[in-house]
Amino acid sequence: MSGFTALLTRDLRLVLRRPGDVGVVLAFFVVATVLFPLGIGPETNLLARIAAGVLWCAALFAALLSLERLFAADYEDGTLDLLLLAPWPLELAALAKCLAHWIVTGLPLSLLAPVLGIAFGLDGPSLLALGATLLVGTPTLSLIGGLAAALTLGARKSGALLALLALPLCVPTLIFGAGAIEALAAGEGIVTHVAILAALALVALATTPWAIAAALRQAGE
Amino acid sequence: MADLHFLANPARFRRFSQRVLPGLGFATALMLAVGFYMAFFVAPQDYQQGDTVRIMFVHVPSAWLSMAGYALLAALGASLLVWRHPLAALMARAAAPVGASFAAVCLLTGSLWGRPMWGTYWVWDARLTSMLLLFFLYLGHIALSRAYDSPERGDRAAAILALIGVINLPIIKFSVDWWNTLHQPASITRLDAPAIHTSILVPLLWMAVSLLLLFVFLVLLRTETEIDRRRLENAEAAA
Amino acid sequence: MSPHATYILAAYVVAAAILGGLVIASLSARNRVRRELAARGLDKRR
Repeated sequence: MSGFTALLTRDLRLVLRRPGDVGVVLAFFVVATVLFPLGIGPETNLLARIAAGVLWCAALFAALLSLERLFAADYEDGTLDLLLLAPWPLELAALAKCLAHWIVTGLPLSLLAPVLGIAFGLDGPSLLALGATLLVGTPTLSLIGGLAAALTLGARKSGALLALLALPLCVPTLIFGAGAIEALAAGEGIVTHVAILAALALVALATTPWAIAAALRQAGE
Repeated sequence: MADLHFLANPARFRRFSQRVLPGLGFATALMLAVGFYMAFFVAPQDYQQGDTVRIMFVHVPSAWLSMAGYALLAALGASLLVWRHPLAALMARAAAPVGASFAAVCLLTGSLWGRPMWGTYWVWDARLTSMLLLFFLYLGHIALSRAYDSPERGDRAAAILALIGVINLPIIKFSVDWWNTLHQPASITRLDAPAIHTSILVPLLWMAVSLLLLFVFLVLLRTETEIDRRRLENAEAAA
Repeated sequence: MSPHATYILAAYVVAAAILGGLVIASLSARNRVRRELAARGLDKRR
């Protein structure tokens, strides 16, 4: 496990050395979110109705933004080759990378979204639900995104291709994440939604590290 | 498995497909011609949908074939990654556009069916939306396999994607079904005919078999081309 | 014919266009690659 924590702390330290990188992602999230009322109109009922979907979609796009560089830096400077030769399983390294990505992207987004939700007229319980569902759902996005990043490592047009690969796979998380807030507005509980989001995260956890490792091995060849 | 291993050799496959393709093409054309005749002149109007049920004879088999096509991509992907069958990569490259085309046909015919039935060219029906996402998965596979200068790298990346995709497809289908029942009233007619009478079933199955033959024809033809193209690329690389 | 005839015909035309187009494109691609192989004299071995 020491390899896992070593990798995790290394990646976190690398990111925190450039806090601007994290800031840009969050700034994009805010700007993208603000575009919707500007494009649709400030009618409060409508905004409250679409808030969950808008915030979840914007979070999805923001999380995707930082994925392209997830493995690229290591690929370019040779660290990836070292990881391929390291004694610990490549799957753990993949997991560490995705966890680092979540800590600097998904986690802040989950905390920031409820703040933006206020501007959309969501009430207290809905804001809490928004934060909670994002907390449970964004790890899945980091795992799926990590896979897309590993598959497109060194490819042409990797940014757009990464989004094309990742977004359809993120649809279930989006549906249940945004759907939870709607269910709450309709007076139902969100336990089912959160449980399904957790199940989706577990499925991603069970399948993606192995796929990421396979993709990284191909990139290293 | 011996038969599969026989075909796994690209050279032998090529000889096989060259022998089979002309006859298969002719049979396919014949079956499709008969199928069209049945669809237009033999099948009666549906009790609920009238003449538009005729669109179903193309729409439903296209749905089946696009889903089977993705399962094929996943099987070929596993074959490539686990057993390193050289033909698996080439066939996957050949089959993906075929499956994607059937998905596109399914979407467009579904849209044209929706217009007289529901008044709009697109409804966020669960099945159409799932098919749209399947189409995107196909696009991703096609783009990824061609995104690298080294075709082998693209083939293997696409193989991983196909396996992950096939695992996710039931999940996507389940979540889109759930999303749809939440947002749409249950009274909307489903896109498959609720009452499958024999006079409707026979043309449907005939068209399904005919389109399956077309699918096989296209995959064999395109695999042959991929084999030749790979030889060409290897020759150019060696030169 | 029924009032929906245009949609039915359109559906079959679209299907024929896409699938027929794919057949034509695949055949021409095969012939193109074969011609290139022949031009390099690589088609004799098989």
